[in-house]
Amino acid sequence: MSLMALREQLNGLVNSMFLEGLLDDQFEQLQMLQDESSPGFIAELITLFCGDSERILAELTKLLDQAVVDYQKVDAFVHQLKGSSSSVGAQHVKLACVQFRQFCEEHNKEGCLRALNVVKHEYYLLRGKFDTMLQLEQRIQAYESKQQI
Amino acid sequence: MAVDAEAQFHVLAVDDSLMDRKLIERLLKTSSFQVTTVDSGSKALEVLGLREDQTSASAVSPEHNGSSSLKDIPVVVMSSENVPSRINRCLEGGAEEFFLKPVQLSDMKRLRPHILKGRSKDQQLQREENSNTIIISSSGSKRKAMDEEPSPERTRLRFSTAI
Repeated sequence: MSLMALREQLNGLVNSMFLEGLLDDQFEQLQMLQDESSPGFIAELITLFCGDSERILAELTKLLDQAVVDYQKVDAFVHQLKGSSSSVGAQHVKLACVQFRQFCEEHNKEGCLRALNVVKHEYYLLRGKFDTMLQLEQRIQAYESKQQI
Repeated sequence: MAVDAEAQFHVLAVDDSLMDRKLIERLLKTSSFQVTTVDSGSKALEVLGLREDQTSASAVSPEHNGSSSLKDIPVVVMSSENVPSRINRCLEGGAEEFFLKPVQLSDMKRLRPHILKGRSKDQQLQREENSNTIIISSSGSKRKAMDEEPSPERTRLRFSTAI
């Protein structure tokens, strides 16, 4: 695929993510911060986000599996996830976390379990698109560095 | 290393989230600040303490004159939570300003005035260390809010310890 076609694909993907609300203004901020001096910035942040999120989701699953749920711990993890999704511009994940914290506050186990499923759903949906995004970005950057030789 | 020390403002960023450290580092570098990031308040004090030890042989102690400059480094707090009571506590505890996360490029402009204030004070008192420095710190929900034992002196040192 040509460089131009790759770029079109990437832009198309990112634009659709904005339109669907998967990404918000914060992601635009990140795009502004990435330049020639820090070409891997977004990739690094996304990778950290995914690592953090999956670790947190695993913890949450364990915590909600207990007979007696420690809502304080659950809330602390959800708060963390909300923070990192907010930092990376992951709007749907962030909103799902807000909902989740409501249920935590109410000590509503059923609600929490449902909320956890929503967060997981939103996260994995986003993760798939992030994977594609990073692959495209890598291919584009490989092209661009070859061109400079 | 910049010869003109005046031009280089140094920011010490404290946040326990690696993601947020990366983000704030990029924001600051893009805005031409020199950056050091640490993941805890105690590490922040370590970094600042080390910088002081460069000029004095004795350890930093509460009575030591050098440590008084610590309390004059302006501190800005950032948090993802928009809770007025907590924000006010931070400000009352000595923070210059509060940034709501996610911190943005436009927020970076708000740092300079505070550094310049700190710098002119250092110059007034003829201090050389810690000019051009500002601390920006996250106040996480895991940590308790900034309400500790009353200690009128060294407000910022206490604040730094509390974070």
